[in-house]
Amino acid sequence: MKNLVLGNEALAQGAIDAGLSGVYAYPGTPSTEITEYIQRSKTAKSLGIHSTWSVNEKTAMEAALGMSYTGKRSMVVMKHVGLNVASDVFMNMAVSGINGGLVVVVADDPSMHSSQNEQDSRFYGKFAQIPILEPSNQQDAYNMMHYAFDLSEEFQLPILLRMVTRLSHSRAGVVFKERRTQNGMQLPIDTKRFALIPAFARKQYQTLVSKKDLLIKSSELSKFNKLELKNSNLGIICSGIAHNYVMENIGEENNYSILKISQYPMPKDQIKALYDHCKMVLVVEEGYPFIEEILHDYFEENPKIIGKISGDLPFTGELTPNIVGKALGLTKDIDEEIPDVVSNRPPQLCDGCGHTDMFNAINELIPEIGDKNVFGDIGCYALGALPPLNTINTLIDMGASITMAKGAADGGMENAIAIIGDSTFTHSGMTGLLDAVYENTPITVIISDNSAVAMTGAQDSSALGRIKSICLGIGVDPKHFITVIPLRKNHDEIVEVLRKELNFKGVSVILAQRACVRIPSNKKEEIKQKIASIKN
Amino acid sequence: MNTNIIISGVGGQGILTIAAVLDTAALSENLNVKQSEVHGMSQRGGAVQSHVRISDKEIYSDLIPKEKADMILSVEPMELLRYLPYLKKDGWLITDSKPFENIFDYPKKDDVYKQIKTHKNHIIINATSQAKRIGNSKAANMVLLGAASTLLPIPEKSMTDAIKKLFQRKSEKIVKLNLEAFEKGKELAENFKDFVYRE
Repeated sequence: MKNLVLGNEALAQGAIDAGLSGVYAYPGTPSTEITEYIQRSKTAKSLGIHSTWSVNEKTAMEAALGMSYTGKRSMVVMKHVGLNVASDVFMNMAVSGINGGLVVVVADDPSMHSSQNEQDSRFYGKFAQIPILEPSNQQDAYNMMHYAFDLSEEFQLPILLRMVTRLSHSRAGVVFKERRTQNGMQLPIDTKRFALIPAFARKQYQTLVSKKDLLIKSSELSKFNKLELKNSNLGIICSGIAHNYVMENIGEENNYSILKISQYPMPKDQIKALYDHCKMVLVVEEGYPFIEEILHDYFEENPKIIGKISGDLPFTGELTPNIVGKALGLTKDIDEEIPDVVSNRPPQLCDGCGHTDMFNAINELIPEIGDKNVFGDIGCYALGALPPLNTINTLIDMGASITMAKGAADGGMENAIAIIGDSTFTHSGMTGLLDAVYENTPITVIISDNSAVAMTGAQDSSALGRIKSICLGIGVDPKHFITVIPLRKNHDEIVEVLRKELNFKGVSVILAQRACVRIPSNKKEEIKQKIASIKN
Repeated sequence: MNTNIIISGVGGQGILTIAAVLDTAALSENLNVKQSEVHGMSQRGGAVQSHVRISDKEIYSDLIPKEKADMILSVEPMELLRYLPYLKKDGWLITDSKPFENIFDYPKKDDVYKQIKTHKNHIIINATSQAKRIGNSKAANMVLLGAASTLLPIPEKSMTDAIKKLFQRKSEKIVKLNLEAFEKGKELAENFKDFVYRE
């Protein structure tokens, strides 16, 4: 019997069945459901698989490496930009190598459905010189977890498994296999390789580089890479989900020569065979022209190779069956357009959301302070950059509101305001706040605390009940740490607090505290109790 | 057998429940299913859609190609029109007549209905008010699924079984309500002649 699951859920079940001992993650679309599935899984619970959220992607990946150090299988999950946060440990654990199997799952977001860029994680895999796996459908995603852990343990390297939004968030029937047991505790025979002082690191790096040929061999033999040589006019190289769009257009009974790549480093022999066999080669891949660029390196700038660089496929945005059909010369342009009567319907803050009350208070002061002083951050409140609010001016990366406000204040801006959510604050805002406290920079930080990681579906926030003690611990003056309740009836009071703190030439923190309207009432009660228990 | 359905609406209107019933029903018929959905930022009151593909052969793309959808099933009339480029020439448009006006530039309602009516195969029903009459306006999605059911190649029983299965954990009462909504939608579609808009 097939199980109806999302690509993300297939992968999560695959990990459980492959003998996982712990998943570490910070929520981020489109990766969130992987960890949530394991948190909900009764099997995972009965097996004692760790699945509590981490504070950020870096702490998550380090904890996953720690679990791997004990010989157990661990997984760390994030969205593409999360890998930027974790890149320090990511690059270095490729050098140290791992002990128990370790899989890094990264979900890219081409078309930026819920992200600020469409960076392609495969470059990180190549950068770290580790194997990359890229499933093309839900069953692949399930099957590949088992394989990924085996590969990781065979090469003693972390494996990067790359997902994309369309696969993460698409359901299909998936067949589950038997579960294998977890690894027992087995500490590394030689721990020196994890101590990357230069003398050991040089040796370890040599070991990593020397694995290169073996990794290419593994890709060439991989059951997930397939070469079929047929007609020699147009050869197609496709990877991951792009394979589906190619197949959708050409059908099962086709006469094309195709190389499907789902494991990297690139399988050199197969590429060469396809290249020699065909007059033209079209590269279809979701994301950046990663394969296409490498092909140009292999075969020099070559007009025979077409894809995104040649302009046959668009450089930006995600692929669709129509875009791929057009590159194959199989579909014509579609005449039917969206009728003029249809208006855009961008996302917006929910009715009754506390962020809106906070934005309304700031907006009242904008005529006094200017309309370019508000530094925003990542979360639901990013919607404050859109009409009708138009409050925030910047949104760059997790935590940047506080540090950008600080830099702007250093540059002479008066009345710099940072607005950041509770979970984003503990993810990456705390350290920046310390920078500001250290120099007593005149900024006003609003922590809009809704007791959840709301944008991704109201997951538990590690900040819960701890923000005040964190801020005071960092050194914020208690006289300038003010708590307000963002409700319409408190509007005048909040405006006054804000005006007063803007006049103070030092660090102020305004904690705007009201639970997300999407949290069900029974959960709100649970949150209250949790806060009370922390205070005691 | 190959059926492509786009389900559309606004985040929070319950389109994924329609998709879940279709998926479950199709799997119980041993058919292949692929169903893409929208998570994350767009869910917050923005336009959302789900591509549901059902086939007795392998399904490759998670997305329906343009001009390949047999039906657009929408819980909101303007959102129906957003996906017109996906509709087959002889495909069906089925929608609730009730607009969801959370934007300042929502078009004139009459213009929306007129545009829908330029397509011969359309069914516009007041699903929300029918659902309310049955007991809960939230069941509008099942009224719409009922309206679509006679045009889909999945046996009705598989769909009603799927409704039972999916709502069972809530309560018997909710199962009954949704089955009733489904039945009502079917009846409305069978008797549908023309939608007349009154201010």
